[in-house]
Amino acid sequence: MSAVKNYDHPTNADRFNQDQARTHWHDSSLWFIREKRDRMARSLPEWETLRATASQIKAHTVGKLADYLEEFERNATARGVKVHWAKDADEHNRIVLELLQKHNAKRIVKSKSMLTEECHLNPWLEKHGIEVVDTDLGERIVQLRQEPPSHIVMPAIHLKKEDVSDTFHEHLQTEQGNYDPNYLTESARQHLRQKFVQADVGITGVNFAIAETGGLVVCTNEGNADLGVSLPKVHIACMGIEKLIPRVEHLGIFLRLLARSATGQPITTYSSHFHGPVEGGELHIVLVDNGRSELMQSDDFRNSLKCIRCGACMNTCPVYRRSGGHSYAATVPGPIGSILNPLRDAKHHKSLPFACTLCGSCSDVCPVKINLHEQLLTLRSEVNHRKQLPMSKTFPMKLASWVFQRPGLYAWLGGIGKFFLRTMPRFLIYNALNPWGRNREMPAAPKESFRQMYAQRKKAKKNDPS
Amino acid sequence: MRVALFVPCYIDQLYPRVAMATLDLLEQVGMEVEFPKAQTCCGQPMLNSGCDRDAAPLAERFLEIFDGYDAIVAPSGSCVSMVKNHYNHLVHGDPRFESIRTKIYELCEFLVDIAKVESLPVKFPYVVGLHSSCHGLRELRLASDSELNAPEFNKPRQLLQMLEGIQLADLKRKDECCGFGGTFAVSEEAVSCTMGRDRIADHLQAGTQVLTAGDMSCLMHLAGLIQRDKKPISVMHIAEILAGYEVPQ
Repeated sequence: MSAVKNYDHPTNADRFNQDQARTHWHDSSLWFIREKRDRMARSLPEWETLRATASQIKAHTVGKLADYLEEFERNATARGVKVHWAKDADEHNRIVLELLQKHNAKRIVKSKSMLTEECHLNPWLEKHGIEVVDTDLGERIVQLRQEPPSHIVMPAIHLKKEDVSDTFHEHLQTEQGNYDPNYLTESARQHLRQKFVQADVGITGVNFAIAETGGLVVCTNEGNADLGVSLPKVHIACMGIEKLIPRVEHLGIFLRLLARSATGQPITTYSSHFHGPVEGGELHIVLVDNGRSELMQSDDFRNSLKCIRCGACMNTCPVYRRSGGHSYAATVPGPIGSILNPLRDAKHHKSLPFACTLCGSCSDVCPVKINLHEQLLTLRSEVNHRKQLPMSKTFPMKLASWVFQRPGLYAWLGGIGKFFLRTMPRFLIYNALNPWGRNREMPAAPKESFRQMYAQRKKAKKNDPS
Repeated sequence: MRVALFVPCYIDQLYPRVAMATLDLLEQVGMEVEFPKAQTCCGQPMLNSGCDRDAAPLAERFLEIFDGYDAIVAPSGSCVSMVKNHYNHLVHGDPRFESIRTKIYELCEFLVDIAKVESLPVKFPYVVGLHSSCHGLRELRLASDSELNAPEFNKPRQLLQMLEGIQLADLKRKDECCGFGGTFAVSEEAVSCTMGRDRIADHLQAGTQVLTAGDMSCLMHLAGLIQRDKKPISVMHIAEILAGYEVPQ
C-alpha cells in the first residue's frame, strides 16, 4: 500500500488500466465467475422467486430490526452466549481487545469477516501486541503482503499465482519460482495449521444470525472458521446488526442464494451453525452498528442494508472488473461499496458514485434485489448537496441547464459548435483539454441540425403536398 | 395517432439522419408525427452528474412541451428511461407526469408493441452486431437480459430479423455495457475506453460488419474508438437500418 492513500477512483483506475493485459486478465477471471453464477441461477426455475422472497424478508427485518435484535439477544443469552453491543468501530475494537486481554490471549486466528475489516480490527490488535492471523487463504495472502482485500468474497482475486508464489517465498520460505497452485496451497495449509494449534482465541464473522433461535451461521469454503473456533476455547463472533434474519426457516432461502450468487457454487463447502459455547468454553457475539441505524432512517438508501455480502455486484460490474478492488480505496468495493462508503464519508469517497456507467447489471444480479444502480444515481446528487463536488463539475451543468431552457439560444450555439467542429484544425480539438479525444474520434459535425432539416421538410411538403 | 417526436439534443445536433429515419419510420407505419420545436434536452446529463436541481427545470419544460399527445417516441432508450423512470424525483406530483410516463416509448418498443409492425420492406445483406444499450435493456426491458432467469425476448432483434438478407452476429457477451455512461466517458476515460474496446473486439470476433444499437450515445463512443483504431466496422443507429438507409461509407 502506498503511504498516502489516493481516494480518487479515476486516478486509481487509470493506473490499473496502464497494464492492459492484466486488466483483461482481471476482467476475464471475474467474468468467468459471473457466467458460473448465471448457469447456477438458470438451473433453478424458482430463482427469481427466491430473490423476491429474500428481498422481502430482509426489508421486513430491517423495518423491525430493533425488535429482532432484542429477540436475538434474549435467545442467544439463554444459550449461554455473551452478547455485546458496539455503536461504532472504536467500541467494537475496544470490546474485542478487552475480551482478549481478560483471557490473556496473545495469538488470534480469524476467519473472514468484512466487519472486522470495516472496523480495522487487525491494526488495532497488533498495536496492542496481539498477533492476528487471517486464516482464509486469500485473506492470508493479502495479509502477508500488507494489502487490504480487493474483493469481499475473493480477497486476493487481483493476484496471479506467480504473485502468490513470490509472497510465499518471501514470508513462508517456499521454493522460489514454484508456481504450482497445489504446492502453494499445501504450504499455506502447513503454515496455517501451526497458527491454528497455537491460537488462544478464534474470531469469526457472521453470515446469518437467527433471531428465533439465537444461533448464528458462518459460511466458508475452507473450513477455517470451524477449525479456528474448535481448537481454542473462546470464540468471538463479530457481526453487523443487519445480518439478522427472523426465523430458522428463512435460512434455506439465503443459503441457496448466497453461494450461487457469490461464486456459482450450489452452496458453500461449510455452513457452520453455532448455538451457544462449546463445553467449558465461551462464545461472545459483538453486535455492531457503525452507521447502520442511521442508514435505516433513509428512504433512498435503506435498501442497501439488505446486502448479504455475496460480491455478485462486483463480479458483474464492468467497471470493477476493469479497475480492480483497490481502486475503490475502501473495505467494500464495487457497486455496494460505492453506496456504503460515500454515505459514511462523502469527503473521501465522493468519486465512487460516479465510478459507474449506470448499466444496471448489479441490480439484476443482486440476490436480495437491492436497486443498486438507482441508489448510485440518487447518491450523486446527495454528494453534491453535501457540497462535495467541485465547481468544475457542477458549473458546466448549471450553464447547460440555463442554455437548454432557451431553445433559440440552444439552436444558435449548436450551429456555432458544429461550425467550429468542422473547421477547426485538428490540434485545437484534440489536445490535453479534451479527454474524449485521447483515444476516440469526435463525431463528424453535420452542416444542419435535425430541427433545421425538419423545418425545410415541412416547408417543402406545404409547397408540394403530393 | 398523434405522435410527438422526441429527439435527444445530441441527436438533433450531431446525428440528424437518425432523427429523420425515426420520423420516416413513424410515418411509414401511419402515425401523424409532430416535432415540438421548443424541445431541447431532457436533463439526463445534469441528473447523472449529481445536479438534480439543474435537471428539474428541464423536466418541467418537458412535461409542458409534450403534454397532450397520444404518444411520445424517441430513438433513445436512455432518454426515454430518464423521463419514464427518473422524472418522479424531479417533478414532485405533477399530474401531467403520470400520463406522460405511460405514453412515452423508445422507438423499437413503439414499433413492436403499439404499431404492431410485423414486416419491413428493407433489404440489408450484412452481418449486423446488435449492441444492447443498458438503459433500454435493464430500465425499459426492451429485451430479456443475461442476469435474470426469465423467458427470452428481444424487441430490437425482432425488428432486425424482419429485414431481408440480414445476419445477426453472435456475441460472446450479449449485453455488456459499452462504457459510455454519459460524463463517465470523460471522467473515467481509461475504464470507459477499455470497456468500449472490449465490446468492439467481441464484435470483430463475431464478424460484425455493421454495428447498431438503440442509443446513439453508445454508438458515438464506440464509433470514436473504431475510427481511431481503424477497425473495419460501420456504425448505424437501428432507426437508420430499419428505415432502409444506406450504410455510410
